[in-house]
Amino acid sequence: MALAPAITDIEQLKSHPALARVLGWNASVVQSAKFDRDELTLWIEKGSIREACAILRDDPACPFNYLCDLTAVDWYPSEPRFEVVYHLLSIPKKERVRLKARLDGSSPVIESVTSVWPAANHYEREVFDLFGVRFTGHPHLERIMMPDNWEGHPLRKDYPVEGYR
Amino acid sequence: MTQFPASAVAEPGQDRTLVLNMGPQHPSTHGVLRLILEIDGETIVRIMPEIGFLHTGIEKTCEAKFYQQVVPLTDRIDYLCPMTNNLAYCLAVEKLLGLEIPPKAQWMRVLMNELTRINSHLVWLGTHAMDLGAMTVFLYCFREREDILRFFEMVSGQRMMTSYFRIGGLALEPPLGFFEKVKSFADRFPGNVDEYEGLLTGNPIFLMRTKGVAYMSPEDAIALGATGPTLRGSGVDIDLRRDAPYTGYENFKFKVPVSTDGDVFARYVCRVQELRESIGIVQQALAGMPEGPTKADAPKVVLPDREKMKTQMEALIYHFKIITEGFTVPAGEVYQAVESPRGEMGYYVVSDGTAKPYRVHMRGPSYANLQVLAKMCEGRLIADVIAAIGSIDVVLGDIDR
Repeated sequence: MALAPAITDIEQLKSHPALARVLGWNASVVQSAKFDRDELTLWIEKGSIREACAILRDDPACPFNYLCDLTAVDWYPSEPRFEVVYHLLSIPKKERVRLKARLDGSSPVIESVTSVWPAANHYEREVFDLFGVRFTGHPHLERIMMPDNWEGHPLRKDYPVEGYR
Repeated sequence: MTQFPASAVAEPGQDRTLVLNMGPQHPSTHGVLRLILEIDGETIVRIMPEIGFLHTGIEKTCEAKFYQQVVPLTDRIDYLCPMTNNLAYCLAVEKLLGLEIPPKAQWMRVLMNELTRINSHLVWLGTHAMDLGAMTVFLYCFREREDILRFFEMVSGQRMMTSYFRIGGLALEPPLGFFEKVKSFADRFPGNVDEYEGLLTGNPIFLMRTKGVAYMSPEDAIALGATGPTLRGSGVDIDLRRDAPYTGYENFKFKVPVSTDGDVFARYVCRVQELRESIGIVQQALAGMPEGPTKADAPKVVLPDREKMKTQMEALIYHFKIITEGFTVPAGEVYQAVESPRGEMGYYVVSDGTAKPYRVHMRGPSYANLQVLAKMCEGRLIADVIAAIGSIDVVLGDIDR
C-alpha cells in the first residue's frame, strides 16, 4: 500500500459533504483544504470557527453532529504558532472531517464551541491548561489537569520535557 | 485540577444546599475521581468532577520518544484494555507509513482485541455489581478474567502491560498450544455469562437499583459526547468495528447490541450482550486463523527476528539502526479511531518527518463519558451516583493521561 499523494485542490474535493456544505455557506472562510491518507482537513478562518461548526452540525444531508475530539498542535517557533484541531463525526452517515484554525503565538484566542456541542467543555479546558489557548465564551475556563497554581503550559514546545527545575 | 469556585455555589438555593466531597479515595469512584456534589437533602443539585490526580504527561513524553518507544506508554493509558491502546497507536503509525500488515497479524489482533474487551467488561461487571451490593459476581468475573490474563502472559510475557502489538505486526508468534487453550475458554465462556446473568438480570434488588436510574436521552448523549456502550444504551446505533472497519473486522459477523431505555440497566444489557458477541468473534477468529508471517515485510521499520540477527549481517544492521536512531515517518497527520470497550478511542498522531512523533494526542473514551455524568445524576439521589459512575465505566488512567 504505497502512499497516495495528498490532494490540496479545493475544486477536486468539492464532492465531500463537509467541504460542499461550508463552501455553500460562505466560501471565504475556507483557507485551504487537504485530502491525505483518506482524511479530509479544512483550514477555517479562526473568527468563523463556531459558525462553521454550527453549520456543519445542522447540515440536513450529512449532519456532523458529534464532536470526537478537540486538541491543539504547537508549531513553535514558526508563526502562526498554534493550530486548534477539531475532529467531527457524522453519526448517521459515518463521515469524518477535521477542521483546523491557526492562531498567533502572541495572543492565542479563539471562540469556544461549547454552545454548539456541550462536549467541548472539558476538551477546551484541557487545551487551555496544556497549551494556553484561550476560548472566549467558555463557561468555566480553568485548569483541568494541572494544579491551579501551576506556571506555564506543559504541552508547548518551549516547555522542557523534564519541566522547570 | 480546579478548586471548587466559591462563586459557583452562590446561587438562589444556596441556603438550602450543601457541598459534599466524594473521593478521590472513595472505593466506588474506580480510581482517583473526585466528585464535588451540591446536594439538597439527599437530592443531587449539581456535580462537578475533578480530575488530574493521575496526570503524568504521557502526551508530552511521547514527543521525546522514538515511534516504537511510544508503544509501552500506550499500555498505561487505559490500563484495563492495553491491547486496544496498542492497536489504535500502531494503526495510526502504520497509516502514516502506508504499511501493509499480513493477514495472520490482523486476525491475531482481532482475537486479542476481543479478549481484551471481555477482560475489561469483566472488571466492569464485577465492580459495578459490587458497588450495588452483589459481592459474588465480582468473584465469578475475576475467575474468568484470570484465564484471559494467562493468555496475555502466554503471548507477551506480561499479564497487564502487554505491548504485544508493534508497529508492523506482532511482537512474537503465539506459542504452541495457545489456540487450543483459547478455544476451550471460548467454548465454556457463554455458560459463565449465563451464570452472571442468572445472578443479576432478573435480580429484583439489582433491577431496583438500575431500572430507570440515571436516564440519558439520545440527543443529550450525542451533544455531551457520550461514546461506546454509554451511547448505545441510549439508542444510538454506532460501533466503529462495523461502521469503519479496521484491522480486518470486515471479515467478521457480529451484532451491535443497542438498547433504547437510556438507563443504567440499558448500559448493563449492552455490555453483557457485547460479552457474548465478543466471544463469537473470538470463535470466528480461531476457526479462520490464516497461516503466514506475523510481521510486515519492512526491514527498516520492523525489528528482525533474534535468530536472523545471529546469522545475517543486514538483520544486525537494521536492528542496530532501529534501536539507536528509530525510523523516519513521512510528514503528515492521521486520526485513527478504534472501538475500545469504553467507546471510541482515537489517536491523533502528527509527524514532521523525523523519527519522533511531533504530537500524539489520545482521545480517551472515559474522558468523553465523564462529561455525561453530571447530566445523568441531576435530580437523583446520592446512591444513584454510585450506580451511574459504574454504568459509564470510567478508567481514570484514560481520563488523566
